[in-house]
Amino acid sequence: MSATTSSLPAIPRFSAVALACSRAGRSLFSKLSLEILPGQLVWLRGANGRGKTSLLRLAAGLASPESGQLRWDGQPLGSHRQPLYLGHANALKDDLSVGEALQFLLRLHGRVAGVPHVDAALSRMGLHGWRDAPMRTLSQGQRRRVALARLAAEDKPSLWLLDEPFDALDADGVQRVNGLLVEHLQHGGGVLLTSHLPLDIDEPRPVVVHLDAYA
Amino acid sequence: MRLSTFAAPSRFYALAGVLMPWLWAAAALLAAAGLWIGFFVAPTDATQGEAYRIIFIHVPAAWMSMLVYLAMAGWAAVGWMLNARMASMLARALAPTGALFTFIALWTGSFWGKPTWGTWWVWDARLTSELILLFLYLGFIALVEAIDDPRRGDKAGALLAIVGAVNVPIIYFSVRWWNTLHQGATVSLTSAPKMASTMLTAMLLMTFAFWAYAIAVAFSRSRAIVLEREAHADWVRGIAHGGRA
Amino acid sequence: MRDIFLAVYARDLRLALRRRIEALLPLGFFVVAASLFPLGVGPEPQTLRDIAPGIVWVCALLAAMLSVTQLYAGDFADGSLEQMLLTGHGATVIAAAKAAAHWSVTGLPVVVAAPLVGLLFGMSAASLAALTFSLLLGTPVLSLLGALGAALTLGLRSAGVLIVLLVLPLSIPALIFGSGAVAAVDGGQSPQAHYSLLGALLILTTLTAVPATAAALRISLE
Repeated sequence: MSATTSSLPAIPRFSAVALACSRAGRSLFSKLSLEILPGQLVWLRGANGRGKTSLLRLAAGLASPESGQLRWDGQPLGSHRQPLYLGHANALKDDLSVGEALQFLLRLHGRVAGVPHVDAALSRMGLHGWRDAPMRTLSQGQRRRVALARLAAEDKPSLWLLDEPFDALDADGVQRVNGLLVEHLQHGGGVLLTSHLPLDIDEPRPVVVHLDAYA
Repeated sequence: MRLSTFAAPSRFYALAGVLMPWLWAAAALLAAAGLWIGFFVAPTDATQGEAYRIIFIHVPAAWMSMLVYLAMAGWAAVGWMLNARMASMLARALAPTGALFTFIALWTGSFWGKPTWGTWWVWDARLTSELILLFLYLGFIALVEAIDDPRRGDKAGALLAIVGAVNVPIIYFSVRWWNTLHQGATVSLTSAPKMASTMLTAMLLMTFAFWAYAIAVAFSRSRAIVLEREAHADWVRGIAHGGRA
Repeated sequence: MRDIFLAVYARDLRLALRRRIEALLPLGFFVVAASLFPLGVGPEPQTLRDIAPGIVWVCALLAAMLSVTQLYAGDFADGSLEQMLLTGHGATVIAAAKAAAHWSVTGLPVVVAAPLVGLLFGMSAASLAALTFSLLLGTPVLSLLGALGAALTLGLRSAGVLIVLLVLPLSIPALIFGSGAVAAVDGGQSPQAHYSLLGALLILTTLTAVPATAAALRISLE
């Protein structure tokens, strides 16, 4: 595990113990345990329908597990800073401009949302100057970049829960996201993500969890 | 034996199966006794003649409609708070029976109103509240049936039932308020004839008969729900393949 | 907490302003539906004056119910609702903010338009004032109850009609106290008692419907 290189406090250890989840009466996985240490990237893999999204939603606190527990450093969820969750859907309203949509999401989660911050975040995702464009004029890949710009606006390490973050991105987009991930991990943050594309990150080495093993 | 062992659907299924014949028998006997006393033994009413005898069905049905709603909301709440799906299944099983009692109360109320007041319907405070209670039942049934995921349906239904239960006193108060504002004369089906003790006995017998019936039907319906919901479990497959529980 | 409330409220208002026509459809429904009744009942002035409070109130109720289906549907579909539920204070603040936004966009225009509709029924000035004030107190109750219905039926196929079936019985006290206030003024009596009851109902509904809506949102998103 790479040493943390910043003076900001690293995130507490996130652990899931003996989690079970089912959907529509069918069990997705059971007795799943995993851990995310500060500076670690955990890559969830598994066939379609194995419950990767369900696990992310459990970790985010959007759903409660059938059995098992989720803990931050031994404490139940909710007692520490909320994880940042980026789902499949971008949560960007068509009727807003890029800047307004991003500002809303930042404000919603208590982050600083002034215009300079929004501009800086958009620039890091290669969307410099797009602040006033209406969301509906953007392509799928561009919308994904706007959603991912939230990651660029983070100033403190936290746990990132990312569901297929590389979806619809071109090579440049993937590279930018990788850069954000590595930087975040070096500052002591943690990442739990799903991706059906191979991950292009070597340092720190991702920990792979195969959900098929827990079916 | 702890009561919570019956939170397991398989044990509840067995228990309900054992109790049902006794409940049906009790319902039949109590109803026979109650109807006999109500229709043949109780004296003719001075003002309303023979027509008043419908109250031996109307009043017990109305009482049961309210009691079953509270039971339904209570079991649904237990199913939600304690994450006990058997309790939620029982709540779903109670709903149609409660709606039926409400409908019977309304219908018999109508039959009472015709000879007494000359119309098939009066906007009496209690009848109007019964009508709104019917809507609350129908809303509950519609909601849980519209939701595909059984546990989401259980919890949403529980929330709705609790909100309804809290609202019933408010609705009843507002309907009485409305009734006294708009009706000049007291058109009220609550002006029941003075109760001879035989009349009271008959009503109580009918109430207990309906109560036994309600439990029997709820057990029967919840057994069916259990078989549906737990279809993947081994004990259910055992029954399906020719065994008997 | 206040920041989140203001962020959601402001966003909903902004979205409504960008789709002005759609935002005003419930108001259109309110006016058209109320205007149908004289056509069905006949133009006798006294009859119209008698039925006016009830008609206007029922049409306001229906307008509120019909517009509430969209309250959460859009956010549910594009993932915004999930994000809103992930804030530290969870669903309660969101429920309050969205109900407030719904009332501002749907309820408030109805309150403003009500006197005009009342004139169609030949109501007196005092009655019009009572009608407007009763709707001012009552339409927030309708928005709150409608939001609860929308949260319970989130994502369901038949959500629109189902909400109406679920919420109308619960709205009956507001309807009775509201139209009763106007009828009292019509009959020369004081509407004070009705206003007090409406006010109490508003407070009670705010305190109970908002947490209930929050619970319903969590249930629907699990």
